Amino acid sequence: MATSPPTTERRSLKGSTRERRGDPIFRAILMVAASSVLLILAAMIIRTSIEAWPVFAKEGIWGFLTGRQWSVGTSRSEVTGTYGALPFIYGTLLISFIAIVFAVPLAIGIALFTNELAPSWLKRPLTYTVDTLAMVPSVVYAFVGMYFFRIEVWAPVGQFIAGTPAGEVPFLSGPVLLSSYWSAANILAIMILPIITAICRDVFAQVPADEKNAAYAMGATRWEVMSKIIVPHSFSGIVGATMLGLGRALGETLAVAVLIGSTRDMTSSVFQPGDAMTALIANTFQDAHPEAIWALLAIGVTLFFITMAVNITARLIVARVNTRVSGGAVA
Amino acid sequence: MSVDTPVRPDPEAGDRPSLTVTTPNARRRALISRIMSGALFLAVMAAVTPLAILLWQTLSNGWGPFSWEFLTTIEPLSYRETGGGYLHGIVGTLYMTGVAALISVPLGLAAAVYLTERPKGRYASIVRFFTDVMTGVPSVFVGLAVYALLVSGSGGLGLGFGTLAGAASLAIIMLPIVVRSSEEMLRLVPGDLKQAAYGLGARQWQATFKVTLPAAAPGLTTGVILAVARGAGETAPLILTALGAREVVLRLTGAPQADIGLLMLDGFRQPFEGGIERAWAGGFTLILITLGLSIIARMIARRSQI
Repeated sequence: MATSPPTTERRSLKGSTRERRGDPIFRAILMVAASSVLLILAAMIIRTSIEAWPVFAKEGIWGFLTGRQWSVGTSRSEVTGTYGALPFIYGTLLISFIAIVFAVPLAIGIALFTNELAPSWLKRPLTYTVDTLAMVPSVVYAFVGMYFFRIEVWAPVGQFIAGTPAGEVPFLSGPVLLSSYWSAANILAIMILPIITAICRDVFAQVPADEKNAAYAMGATRWEVMSKIIVPHSFSGIVGATMLGLGRALGETLAVAVLIGSTRDMTSSVFQPGDAMTALIANTFQDAHPEAIWALLAIGVTLFFITMAVNITARLIVARVNTRVSGGAVA
Repeated sequence: MSVDTPVRPDPEAGDRPSLTVTTPNARRRALISRIMSGALFLAVMAAVTPLAILLWQTLSNGWGPFSWEFLTTIEPLSYRETGGGYLHGIVGTLYMTGVAALISVPLGLAAAVYLTERPKGRYASIVRFFTDVMTGVPSVFVGLAVYALLVSGSGGLGLGFGTLAGAASLAIIMLPIVVRSSEEMLRLVPGDLKQAAYGLGARQWQATFKVTLPAAAPGLTTGVILAVARGAGETAPLILTALGAREVVLRLTGAPQADIGLLMLDGFRQPFEGGIERAWAGGFTLILITLGLSIIARMIARRSQI
């Protein structure tokens, strides 16, 4: 921590005009910078909504959200195709939900282990490892998911599940394909694990030591302290972390685009390919006609409002827990 | 502080509870505690294994094709051909990330100073809230929005696909991260330092530039580097703003720009050995950039604890 050394030159105590004018200008600059966040956010949402409006106007908002048919028109000036986003919304929600189911218990376990069980020399490396997982670019997840995980891990596991009696349920029935909701959900689970873990760690660290020590003094075992003191005490923090993870999962693009298989029908089995909102945008943008781009913008606006609802809920919950969880390293 | 063996008064010992007798119930609870501790360890393994596989796959497959040629030549026209490299992508990624940092770092630092100067202000808390919300905006939506705002000619500025549009989308993704991490660091600067500066007659801007910012510099640097690393690893918004190119592009606007991630996507989704090999080397390069930056950031952070 190095502050600049005091200047040695002697100066008059009378402030110069330049310095006196500095402050209002300085404050104005700060104000503009702070407002830029709000302005950018507003500009993004207004501009995309305007561009997407023709599509919403033709299909109706409800019609757009619940329509099952997506056939793209080739017009440059008007909306001629049919745009129903339900298959994509369904895919996004399904894979995000599965990812949450896998990731949250794991994240809680990792956070508990790091905070309560790990010897002190192991805590820092463990924290770094999980944070590193958050730094890996998503295109690398997509790549390794495509060339290793789906072939060596997810498809075999899916094959196994479909082979057990559980495979009789349509939701879990075979055949198991390499690119599927299942593969996309699995990669999402890995990708959202770090942020949930990081927040859980922070939340667990806020449990008053007195309460833990009191429990230990009463003869509670470590597991009892973790399950009956720490987790209940942090419950709303865990809910907030889960919602943030969900927000991440909903918006993740490349890994899903590569692994979900991109078919337009809503297949009932998780082991078969489908499509998601982000995947549709990433996969079809480059060949899209102007009309199709409006439709993609409409999908983007829908995605934005879904993730915003999830994120704002999460932030409000986390803020209420009054933990200092914020957009740090893994934000 | 392990108290895994609770005790109960021993009836044989009169009123004096024995500390040595463990009841079956206590043994059961201790056993459950052990088993669950083991389960937690397995959870940790479940997180560490994918990371290890991820890094190992990228390193082992990327190390071979990663060479001087890869760094200094551009990709051959056909994905079938082996050899060649990602020079255009590396230039594009660094170029766009650099421009994005030039936009988002000053803006983000200024916003963070505003937030720390008014820790309880109403407007400040609104800005803080929406900055947090902004970290959750899907990156592909940022890409769409920048497309509608800057790239598209109808209603937008009509700049076309290119470096500036790509950089703008990365800047929007980096901005909230810079703001929040910087605010956190600035808040750690002891109030005494600023009070001392004011006591000596410093103006607000002087106190900020000569005392607060230098005092927080290492922490700020860490936050900025982590934000830059995130920007460098981002690909999704570039599909919609940079579009991709097959040659080195140095123009700021008017020509689509290449990016390592975009080249990888094109390469590994084609069934040709040459393209896939280059994509592995590209992944290796990206990991090198992002993890390298985050390691540097951590080293700076460790050396400076305010």
